[in-house]
Amino acid sequence: MARGVKIRVWGDFALFTRPEIKVERYSYDVMTPSAARGILEAIYWHPGMRWIIDKIYVNKPVRFTSVRRNEVKSKISASNVLKAYNGGDKPLYLCSKQEIVQRASAILTDVEYVIEAHFEMTQKANESDNPGKFKDIIMRRLRRGECFHMPYFGCREFPAHFALCEEDDIATAYDDVPEKDLGIMLYDMDYTDPGNIQPVFFQAVMRHGVLNLADCEVIR
Amino acid sequence: MGEAIKNRYEFVVLFDVENGNPNGDPDAGNMPRIDPESGLGIVTDVCLKRKIRNYIETVKEDEKGYKIYIKEDVPLNRSDREACTSVGVQETDEKKVTEALKKLKKNEPGTDEKLRDYMCSNFYDIRAFGAVMTTFVKAALNCGQVRGPVQIGFARSIDPVMSQEVTITRVAITTEKDAENKSTEMGRKSIVPYGLYRVEGYISANLARRVTGFSEDDLELLWEAIINMFEHDHSAARGKMAVRELIVFKHSKELGDCPAYKLFDAVEVIKKENVFYPRKYQDYVVKVHEEEIPDSVEVKRMI
Repeated sequence: MARGVKIRVWGDFALFTRPEIKVERYSYDVMTPSAARGILEAIYWHPGMRWIIDKIYVNKPVRFTSVRRNEVKSKISASNVLKAYNGGDKPLYLCSKQEIVQRASAILTDVEYVIEAHFEMTQKANESDNPGKFKDIIMRRLRRGECFHMPYFGCREFPAHFALCEEDDIATAYDDVPEKDLGIMLYDMDYTDPGNIQPVFFQAVMRHGVLNLADCEVIR
Repeated sequence: MGEAIKNRYEFVVLFDVENGNPNGDPDAGNMPRIDPESGLGIVTDVCLKRKIRNYIETVKEDEKGYKIYIKEDVPLNRSDREACTSVGVQETDEKKVTEALKKLKKNEPGTDEKLRDYMCSNFYDIRAFGAVMTTFVKAALNCGQVRGPVQIGFARSIDPVMSQEVTITRVAITTEKDAENKSTEMGRKSIVPYGLYRVEGYISANLARRVTGFSEDDLELLWEAIINMFEHDHSAARGKMAVRELIVFKHSKELGDCPAYKLFDAVEVIKKENVFYPRKYQDYVVKVHEEEIPDSVEVKRMI
C-alpha cells in the first residue's frame, strides 16, 4: 500500500445527493466514492494521477435533518448572450424574486468518515513524476492541513475538515452490524467519453461499518 | 482590478440578533431556523451571501467590475452586448454577429472560457462565490461551473435559541368585506429574543488565481461587506442585528499553513458565569487562543 493513504474527514453537515431525488435533494446514507474522490482531489490532484477509493469507514451514526432554502432555478444562460445581443443592450442579471424556488434538502448531520484510498499513475504524468513524489506531496499536505481548496461533503456549504488517519483500528458506529444493505449507490461518473458522461452505480453493502470498494462490481 | 490573492484565508464571524428573526424557515411558517436536536439557531450560508451581495450593490451601485449578478427586485434575465465584443465579435451588422458567434462557437472551443472570464471580471458575486453557466461547447467537462474562492458554511448559535411568537394586531383591514365584520386583524411575528451566531468561512487562493481572479481589493471589499452586512438590512422582521466579530486568519502560503479546524478551535466563545439566559453581547466573552495558532498564520480581529 505504498500509494495508499487514509484520511479522517468530519463536519457538521453533509449532502450526497441521490441522483434520482435531486430537485428536492435527498442525501445518501453514507458518502459516495465520487464524493470521497472529490475530497481527495481538493487536497491534492495532478493530471498524472488518479484517485481510487478502497474503503469508506462510517464513524458516526447516520442521522438526517432537513433544510428548506430559497434557491434560484436558472443558470446563467450562455445562449442568452446571443439572443439578448440581437434584442438590444439590456443589463445582465438574474432576478432572485422571479427565479426563486423553495427546495427542501434532507441532509446528514454530524458526520465522520475515514477514507482509505490509493492513486494510480496516468499517461499524463510528466517524466519527472513518480508515485513516491506524489505520495510525499500528499503526506506533507495532510500533515500540514494544506489544501487546494477547502474540501466539502457534497455541497460547498458543508465543509469537510480533514486530517491524516494514522490508527490501524478504526472504530466505526456500526461495528456490531455484520451487514447492512444500502441499496444501489452512485459509484462515480464515467468520464472516458467527454461527449457522453455516464453515471456508474454499485451495490453498496456496509459490513461492520465499512463500505469496501476494492473490486466491487459496477453497474451502468 | 489587481492580481489574484496570494494567501489562503479562514474567517470566523460572530453576529447577534436581538428581538428579530435572522433567517426564517419556509418549512416552519417562517419561524427562525432551529436545529431540532440541539435547539441551536441556524442561519444558512445563502442568507449571508445575499447580505454581502446587497451591501456591495448598495456601495458600488453597479460600478464597472463590481456588478452583482443575482439581484433582488429586478425583472428579467438578460445578457448584453459587451459579452460579445469581449470575445472578439464587433457589433456592426446584427446578422453578421450572429453568424460570427456561431462560427466562433464551432471553431473555437475556448469561447466558454472567454465568456466565463468576462463574467468573472464584471461581476463581483461571481468572482467571489462562483456561478453556474450553460455552455456553448457541448459536454464541456465542468458544465459551465465556476467555483468561487469564498466558501461559507451554515451559521449556528452558540447557545440554544428560543423562538417566540408575538401576536400583533393592525387596524387597517385589507378587504372591504372583512371590514364589515371586524375592526382589527391579527398577525404573527416570530422572534428570537437574543442569539449570538457563529459562522466560519474559507477563501482559497488557488481558485482565485486559476479561475476567478478574486483580488486583494476584492478581499478588502469582502471584509467591509461582512462587517457592514446588517447595517443596510434593517427591516421589521430582522430586529436588531449586528456583526460583533470578524476574526481573519491569513496563512503565509497559497496552500495554507495548518488545518482550518485548528484555527477555528482557537476561537472560543464563552457564556459568562452566572448568565443563564443570554440577552446581550456582553453576556459572552470571546477568546482567541493565539498560542494554539502557528506563528506563520496572521490573526486579525477586524472589529
